[in-house]
Amino acid sequence: MIRVENLTRTFGQLTAVNDITFQVEVGEIFAFLGPNGAGKTTTIKMLTTLLRPTSGRILLDGFDPWVKQREARQRFGIVFQDPSLDGEQTAYENMELHGILYHVPRRVRGERIEALLRQFELWERRNDTVKTFSGGMKRRLEIARGFLHTPKILFLDEPTLGLDPQSRNQLWNHVKTLNAAEKTTVFLTTHYMDEADRVAHRIAIMDHGKIVAIGTSAELKERTQTDSLEGAFLALTGTSLRDEGASSSDQLRRFAQMWQKR
Amino acid sequence: MGAIYIMWLRELKRYVRSRAQILVSLGQPALYLVALGYGFGPVFAKAGMGKYLEFIAPGVVGMTVLFTSVFSGMAMLWDRQFGFLRETLVAPVPRIQIMLGRTLGGATVAVIQGVLILAVCLIAGFRPHLWVAVPGSFIFVAMIAIVFAALGASIGSVIQDMQGFQFLMNFLVMPIFFLSGALYPLKNLPVWLTWITHGDPLSYGVDGLRGVLVGSWQFSFALDLAILAGLAAVLLAVSARLFSRIQL
Ligand SMILES: Nc1ncnc2c1ncn2[C@@H]1O[C@H](COP(=O)(O)OP(=O)(O)OP(=O)(O)O)[C@@H](O)[C@H]1O
Ligand SMILES: [Mg+2]
Repeated sequence: MIRVENLTRTFGQLTAVNDITFQVEVGEIFAFLGPNGAGKTTTIKMLTTLLRPTSGRILLDGFDPWVKQREARQRFGIVFQDPSLDGEQTAYENMELHGILYHVPRRVRGERIEALLRQFELWERRNDTVKTFSGGMKRRLEIARGFLHTPKILFLDEPTLGLDPQSRNQLWNHVKTLNAAEKTTVFLTTHYMDEADRVAHRIAIMDHGKIVAIGTSAELKERTQTDSLEGAFLALTGTSLRDEGASSSDQLRRFAQMWQKR
Repeated sequence: MGAIYIMWLRELKRYVRSRAQILVSLGQPALYLVALGYGFGPVFAKAGMGKYLEFIAPGVVGMTVLFTSVFSGMAMLWDRQFGFLRETLVAPVPRIQIMLGRTLGGATVAVIQGVLILAVCLIAGFRPHLWVAVPGSFIFVAMIAIVFAALGASIGSVIQDMQGFQFLMNFLVMPIFFLSGALYPLKNLPVWLTWITHGDPLSYGVDGLRGVLVGSWQFSFALDLAILAGLAAVLLAVSARLFSRIQL
């Protein structure tokens, strides 16, 4: 369903995504894990027509997202890592706008909006403008909106960021149901290893723009001789914080780059 | 078509909901009208050029439409900042529809503002040479609105931050306003300035308004309309192109 070959994206000097290759099968739940700045969001942006790859090839259900933008966009839905709601409109209006942009037929639109807003406990607040919502409520609305239409591929970029445990649970149950009932392919990122462990069929671990491991949770544990996904993750990506854990020569180089930029 | 409609509706809702802003954005042109209209009136009359209020009223309408429409396009900057732009960029509809909806929405709002300020002008003592001229002037109000909403949208597709916005306000939008003949006649100017004013799209819009409303033309109805229509087509195409190339 998703096919990525030698995909690379650079921003000036920085190589955010460095020659990655992988495939996601139809109906698979695929988790993309990695420390901050690993390049997960950049990869998703390239998959979803928002960013042009520097080099490499992507096929989304057979279409290159940069060349066949329209066809690609008809095939996926996405919950972004960063906010993308219209704060000036109400929750209901945000849902409705999405429904129209994504061609959800009028006769089912109203019903579906109500069901989703109820499921994510926003129905009572449906007529309030989104800017008056709490962070978690906004997040829930983004997710409810992402489920409004039923795409072939669903991208979830850290969907549970800032959510309480109840909402997280709701979200993952919904994802699993969708995946089972509609064979929706799911491509997700998260920093919660237990979530990935629980829902993902296969996991890729990314670090510094490269995929360092790919396989089922069990395979990753086996390979790293650890008994938890978190253990495997740390074994594969190291324990140092990004940006701070760089070696001294790395730091020197970064320092030099900073000065060059002025 | 649904996409165009819903994006158009969004612009309208935003406008209707920001009542304070409606008043504020009418306040500035009203100030120009009263302060300059009455302030320069005597000087203008002494120079044998008639009533300045008659002269400036169409200019103030043009000004209102200019600023409202350019701002509506540039408001894309906020959508970029707050993230809503993302939502529309990945939607499975041609981006040109999103763009058209936004631009027509901004233009509609600008037309409403233009009509409101025209009413203010009438209250302040402005009298058109013919009353049928009032509805007749809508055609130029609408053309100015479309041209500059599309210009604003082109700019909005390109700029990414406040600095860019400020820069273009000061070095593009303000000159368009001041060099358009909205405030003073474009006659007997130095040659170089005449050239600049002839290159200013708003000159044709203001001339059209003034021609229809008070019956005095610098250019002509046909020329004004042709230039504005041509420009509208070009700028709509440009804005659609730029919008379809946005990367995040
Ligand atoms: N538009 C951009 N311009 C310059 N650099 C960018 C841009 N977008 C991303 N980067 C850089 O690319 C690298 C990868 O960023 P990305 O957002 O893909 O990381 P991520 O894996 O999603 O991290 P996180 O877990 O923090 O969301 C980072 O170093 C980031 O600073
Ligand atoms: Mg990210």
